[in-house]
This record gives sequence, C-alpha cells and structure tokens, in this order.
Amino acid sequence: MPEVNAEKTGTPVGRRVVLGMLGLGVVGVAAGQWLSRGVSDVVASTAPGLADVIPAAGGFRIYTVTNGYPDYDPATYRLTVSGLVDRELSLSLDDLAALKQTQMTKDFQCVTGWRVDDVPWSGVLLKDILAESGVAPEAAALRFTSFDGAYTESLTMEQSLRDDVLVATTMYGKPLEKKHGAPVRLYVVPMYGYKSLKWLDGIEVGRKVEPGYWEKLGYDIDAWVGSSNGRSDEPTV
Amino acid sequence: MSQPSSAPAHHVRLERFTVAERWVHRTLGIVLGVLIVTGAFLFFPPLGGLIGNRQIISTVHEWTGWLVPIPLLLALASRAFRADAGRLNRFRPGDWEWLRSRDRRSGRIVVGKFNAGQKLNAALALGSVIVLFGTGMIMFWSGLFPDSIRTGATFVHDWLALAFGILVLGHMYMALNDATARMGMRTGYVPEDWARREHAAWAAETLDRS
Repeated sequence: MPEVNAEKTGTPVGRRVVLGMLGLGVVGVAAGQWLSRGVSDVVASTAPGLADVIPAAGGFRIYTVTNGYPDYDPATYRLTVSGLVDRELSLSLDDLAALKQTQMTKDFQCVTGWRVDDVPWSGVLLKDILAESGVAPEAAALRFTSFDGAYTESLTMEQSLRDDVLVATTMYGKPLEKKHGAPVRLYVVPMYGYKSLKWLDGIEVGRKVEPGYWEKLGYDIDAWVGSSNGRSDEPTV
Repeated sequence: MSQPSSAPAHHVRLERFTVAERWVHRTLGIVLGVLIVTGAFLFFPPLGGLIGNRQIISTVHEWTGWLVPIPLLLALASRAFRADAGRLNRFRPGDWEWLRSRDRRSGRIVVGKFNAGQKLNAALALGSVIVLFGTGMIMFWSGLFPDSIRTGATFVHDWLALAFGILVLGHMYMALNDATARMGMRTGYVPEDWARREHAAWAAETLDRS
C-alpha cells in the first residue's frame, strides 16, 4: 500500500529536526554567554521595555521568597538602626530624603549568572547613616532585615563603611518599584545581588556576622563579584 | 472496496490511538503542563510577583522535570506508539507542498495518519523537550559546571522554553478547533467521514486492511 510505504521510506524529516535541535542546543550552551550578551544589547537598543517582561532579554529576574511583594505604608514606614550604636534611629522616608544623597551608576550581577549593566541608583550611603547613629568601638558586623519577614543579610563593619554600599531609594531615577525592594533596599556594589537585601526595614549593629537567608542556603558570606561562589565574573566596582 | 464503506459512513469508527498512546499523551501533557505553568511563574516577573514563594515553585519545577522521561520511555514499549512515531518521522511526497499550500484543508493533497503540521509539531516538541531536559539538568547541578556553561544553559533554557510554550499553545489551539480530533485522543476512535476528510490515505489504508 502506497501510504504505508511512504510513511516507512519517506524522508526522515522528524529525526533531522530533532538532531538539528540537539546540535543547536549544544552550540547555544557553549556560546550562550556571548549570545545572551548580544541579545541583551540588541534588546536594550531596540525594545528596552521587553526586558521587564522577558528577563532573558537582559532585565532583572525577580526572586521573592515569600508571598508576592510585601506591602508597606509610606507614611508609617521606618528604617530602624539599633544594637551597638550611640543613638538608635527610626528613619521615615522623609528623614532618609533629608540625609546626604549619593548617586552611582553600576552593574548588578546575580550569582546565577545574569547581569544588568549601568543601573543608576541613588540613596544614602550606609556609612552616612552609621555616622548619624554612631557605633560602639566593639561593633564589628551589621545585620539587615526585610519586612517581607524572611530575607536577612549581613556585612562586616569594614564592608559597611565602603563608599559603594548604598541604602538605595531610587533606581533609574524613579522611586524603587515593589519588585526591586520598595521603598528602601541595600545596594552592595562589589558583591553578588543577593547581598543587596530588598524591602529593608532594620539595621542591627553587633559584634559578629550572622549568615543571612541565602548564606544559610549555601551561598558565600563574603560575596565579592568575581572571587566568590566559585564564579569568575568581571567585578562590578 | 471492503464492507465498511458500503455502510453509512458515520457508523464506522476507526481506531486512531491505543489505550497506551492515550495514557502517554495524558501523563506527558500533565507533566509538561505543570512545568509550563511553574516555569511561567519563574520566568515572567509580573506573574512571579503575584505569588512569590520562588523557592517552592522552583523545587516543584525541578522535581516535575525529572518525571519527563518516564512516560516517553514507557511509551517505547507500545508497538502502536513506535509505529506512530515512525509515521511522524517520515515526510510523504506532498507533505512539504501541503505545508506551503493555502488549500491544505481541501483534501487536494492526500494526507496520511498525520499531516505535515502534526509531524513538525511532534519533532519540534521532542527536540525541545530533550534540550530543555538537558539544560535543566545543567542548571540543577550548576555547581558542577563552569560559569560560561551555566549561563549558556540558562540562555538556551529560557528562550527555548518560551518558544516551546508558544508551540504548545498552538497545539492546544488546533485541538480546540477540532472536536473530532480531541475525541480521537479521548476515546481512541474517530468516525470514518472525519478520517476520510482529514487523513484520507490513512482511512483508505485502515479500511482496506479490515
């Protein structure tokens, strides 16, 4: 019967398609690092909005560990600074805006591999907030808490006093969006993204570094971009 | 012609898929459905923000991913599945023309058990599933691979998953528009008139044999 013969002896297009896809897959994995940069560049110059919807096009990937994005009331929001300090602080958004503002445009590198180039941030340097509160001589570490109820982070005092550790309130010239940690987040320029805690509402000054949320899941505590977590990315500083 | 063609056409039913094939289709559909939905929540920020809990969703996605080969490998035990896989693999004379033609539903170009669109869909789906499984494994065991491979696997997994999602939506759209085709996958049988219209060569071959 012609039908049966044709379907036993016809061109094996299906096999060729599958094998071709496997080949392309291997090439894509091998060259993906360059290809994804190329795609990001093209998207950034032609359709910048696309990356917000399809992060593979070069945008931020949003990781939340609780139910959705946490809510807050701008009128009652407070950032507290407590522990081994001379003066405990409870800063409203207006208080933060009244402090010296610092701007920086730096890359954001995630430990899972994606990177967003040249993100403009502004806010108050962490060291300027610590200058307001004053710190006790024995203080050696900071612990950061998030009002999502789960996310925590840590830095040593030495790291906290760097000129590129920001308590950020804006991104791309606009107030932070919820998905990026509104109203206030940390931005630790030289470290992988998980150190830049979102939805920041508490800073506790103490003696010893306590591993944060992601560090308890196995990521490095000192998360320098390019020399931690077994990665060799180009530094973000 | 054999006896069935002399009876009223709608009384004759042709076996299109065996029980084993329908179970493979159903279980693989459920597994891939869970992967597509959890994957969408992991992939699209506006969706992910609705429910958060990324850790839980990614764990479900990863462990569901491990299930994918099971129905596919079990399917190979079915003779009917292997025979249909063979038919899907081979392009008949006229298949390319069928794809290009505007009157492909007119019956002018005779179609076998599967039309060329179904054949392409099957090949693209299988290729996608294998590549997604492989890149997913690299992402799962990311500690074993250098940065460039991890980034490359993520790149391929992201974009291919998007394309595969569109392919599956297309597959569901075509099925939604053909209740008889869905009945074939649900009950295993299709009426003769549908078979003669949509898959004439297969109908003739099957009825000749019976």
